[in-house]
Amino acid sequence: MAEFKTVGVAGAGTMGAGIAIVAARAGFETVTFDLKVEILDGARKQTAAFFGKSMERGKLTQEDVDAILGRMRGTTSLQDLGVCDVVIEAVFEDLDVKQELLTGLNNLCPAETIFATNTSTLSITEIAGPSGRDDRCVGMHFCLPAQLNRLVEMSPGLNTSDETFEMAWSFCEALGQIPVKTKDSPGFILNHFLIPFNNDVVRMVDAGVAEPSDIDKAIKTALGYPLGPCELLDMVGMDTQRLVSEALHGASHDPRAACPALVKKMIAAARLGRKSGRGFFDYDGPAMFGA
Amino acid sequence: MSHTIIDTGGSRSFPTDHALLEGAVDDGDVVIIIGTKAGARLSDAPDGKVAVVVELGTECLGVHTGEAGGDEGSNVIGFARFRLGESDPTDLVELVRQPNTSPEAIDAARAAFESAGLVVAVCNDFAGRIVDRLIRPYYNEALRQLDQGLASAKDMDLTLKLGLGYPEGPIELLERTGLSHHFEVAQALFEAYGEPAYAPARRSRVAMLRGE
Repeated sequence: MAEFKTVGVAGAGTMGAGIAIVAARAGFETVTFDLKVEILDGARKQTAAFFGKSMERGKLTQEDVDAILGRMRGTTSLQDLGVCDVVIEAVFEDLDVKQELLTGLNNLCPAETIFATNTSTLSITEIAGPSGRDDRCVGMHFCLPAQLNRLVEMSPGLNTSDETFEMAWSFCEALGQIPVKTKDSPGFILNHFLIPFNNDVVRMVDAGVAEPSDIDKAIKTALGYPLGPCELLDMVGMDTQRLVSEALHGASHDPRAACPALVKKMIAAARLGRKSGRGFFDYDGPAMFGA
Repeated sequence: MSHTIIDTGGSRSFPTDHALLEGAVDDGDVVIIIGTKAGARLSDAPDGKVAVVVELGTECLGVHTGEAGGDEGSNVIGFARFRLGESDPTDLVELVRQPNTSPEAIDAARAAFESAGLVVAVCNDFAGRIVDRLIRPYYNEALRQLDQGLASAKDMDLTLKLGLGYPEGPIELLERTGLSHHFEVAQALFEAYGEPAYAPARRSRVAMLRGE
C-alpha cells in the first residue's frame, strides 16, 4: 500500500519476531526494536530458522529470502523507529510498559504514524490514552505463531478515528493477513473464549470428571478440533495459562477466567507442559511452542 | 465379546442403521439398551451379563441405578453417542462409570462400541459428561457476545476457525444443528449445577419458544 513503506516492531520476543517476518515478507522495510541485544539475536536466529524451513519446503527461494532479510534490521535505539509509518508494539503484556513506550514513540514519530498494539488482553483505549495520539492508535492482535497464522484481531479504541482504523485494516490486508473486527473488550474474541474454556477443562480434570486423555479424545472426536484441550494447554504452558487467566480475570472479572487452583499446583510441581517435559501428559524432552 | 441390543425406540444415539446394531446377537455377553426409555427398561437385562449399557439423555446414570454414599457401581454403565441437535451422531461414545463400576464391564462395553468403529471416552457420572459440560458455557457465551456486539457472527466464527483450527465457528454450528437443542441441554445443566455459565443464552430461548 502506498501510505506505508516502513514498519516498526517494538519488542523482539516470539510475537515481535513473527510480526517482523510477516511485515518484511510482505515487502515492507522493517525495523525491529528491543532494549536487549541478546533478544534481537534470538529473533534473528528464529527468523533464519523459519526461512530455512520455508526454503526446504520450496515455499521461498534463496533469492526471496535474501530480499526479505535485506528489508529487516534490528536496533536497540528507540529513535530508529522514528522513520516508521506504522509501529506495532509487541512488548511485555503490562499496561504501564506499553503506555510508556507509546508516549516515547509519540515524541519520535511523525504525526501521521499509526501506532498498533499487539496486546492480547489489555484495553486498546487504556494503552492509547496517555500516548498523545489516541486517535491514531489501534489494536492489531496477531495470533501465535504470527508468521504462520494469518488471523489478526483488529480493535478500535474509544477515540480511534475511522480513518486510522481503515488505514490499519488496509495495512493488515497488505501484510497478507486476514483481519477481523472486534470491540475493545478483554481478550477480544479468541482469548475471550479460549482462556475460560481451557480453565473449564482444568477444573474438569481437578473435579475428576475424566482423565485428560479421555477429555482430549472426546473433544477431538465430537467436534473435530485439531488438538485436544489438554494437549493445547501443555503446549501453551501452565505458567502462560496462569498469566493470561490473571490478566483476563483482572479485566473482565469473569469467574471462568480466574486461574484454577490446579494450574497453580502444576506450576509448583514443575508440570508446566511440554516446556518442562511434563504437564497433563509426559514428554520425551522439552520442546518449544510452535517447534 | 458379543452384544445384544434392546431397543426401546427413539434412540438419539442410533437413529438409523449402524454397525453396532447390525452386529448384535441374541444373548450376547454385553446388553446395550437404547432409546428414550432405556433407563426404565434396565430390569429387562438378563442377570449374569458382563456389562449392561444404558443410553442416557441429559440425566446422570445414578438416576437409573440409585446411589449409595459414593460406593455405587456394578456392571451397569451409561452411554451417549454425542450429537448436536438434529445433526448426525458423531463417532464419539461417552461411557459413564460410577465409583465402583467393574473394570471388566468398562472393558467389555468399550470393546463392543470400538468393534463397531466408534471412539470411546470414559467419564464419571456427572451431568453433561465431558463434551456438553465443556461446550455449553462456550456456546452460551458466543450467543451472549453476539448480542453484546463483541463482533459479527461471521467474524466470531472466522476468528475461532482461523485462530484455533476449529472446523466450524460457534454461531454457524448452533444455527446448523438447532438452537433449541442447545437450550434444552444448557437448561438441564443449569438446573444440575446452578452456575450462570450454563443458563441458556437469550437467542436459544427465543429459538426454543419459536419451536425452531
